[in-house]
Amino acid sequence: MKGMSIIVKKVSQLMAGLIFMYGIYIILHGHLTPGGGFAGGAIIAGAFILLILAFGSNALNLKKEIAGSSNTESLAVLMVVVLALMALLFGSKTFFFNYLPKGEPGALLSAGVIPLYNIFIGIEVAGAILTIFLALVIFKEESSK
Amino acid sequence: MELTISIILGFMIIGAIYALHAKDLLSAVIAMGIVGYGLVICFLLLRAPDLAIVQIVVETITLVIMVAVVLDSTRKELEPAFDRKSLFNRIAAYVIFAGLFYFFLLAIETQDPLGMHSLGMADRYVTGAVEQTGSVNLVTGVLFDFRAYDTLGEAVILYTAALGATTLLRMKGKK
Repeated sequence: MKGMSIIVKKVSQLMAGLIFMYGIYIILHGHLTPGGGFAGGAIIAGAFILLILAFGSNALNLKKEIAGSSNTESLAVLMVVVLALMALLFGSKTFFFNYLPKGEPGALLSAGVIPLYNIFIGIEVAGAILTIFLALVIFKEESSK
Repeated sequence: MELTISIILGFMIIGAIYALHAKDLLSAVIAMGIVGYGLVICFLLLRAPDLAIVQIVVETITLVIMVAVVLDSTRKELEPAFDRKSLFNRIAAYVIFAGLFYFFLLAIETQDPLGMHSLGMADRYVTGAVEQTGSVNLVTGVLFDFRAYDTLGEAVILYTAALGATTLLRMKGKK
């Protein structure tokens, strides 16, 4: 896949970092403001997709990237299950129990394990969307050869 | 507010019908964008910013991918062939549409008006959620505490989708 013009490259280079940071903000403030793991993860995947579409890439680099993204999302979904299983060790013995201290509602460090779930769901969603996109791009690259 | 939502819904229906009948596939994709972004405005008007954020991001990503696909392959719509099999399919589609429309008419008789739902189960969530979960954002509190199994299911669905895409979309399989 070849890249786009220099204007698109420069603008996407400037914007991608800001989009990435906005996604992290949405994930970290998921328990305070609208948004959360799903929205933030999709925004982070959008930053990567913007860069890949603007700069273009060859199949070899994309294959390295898809290995990384699929490993990341597998680990993230495993971490969600591990966090849920840890509730069986602490507190009342129920799956998905909120065992960390709740804190003061409205503070950044509050709501127990909910921010941790948000972070790992965000990584999982970003990795999954990026993996699907990369699989499509690699398929097209290889079939056009 | 109902009038605004009705106007936006009208635009969305026009966009969807245009997308079906457009000769140029690129304009069909753009017309599908009207549907998605109209839905974003509807979510904002119905006070669901969580859904609006997800919808606007997913709509943008799918629109970009669809535009890339259309520019890469073909821009012409295929002419549908008209034979006996397609006649049967059309009649079946009309019958199913009539049946669904009949049940839709039955359903709106018994439904509450928009935004006036009787809060049965939701009452439990709305009243005590902040004390029970500690999360100020009620949606996140419901998603990750009361309904955490649903969230795990959604995450596993995305994981399975990525797994299926990487498994199926390859030119040569591993021996």
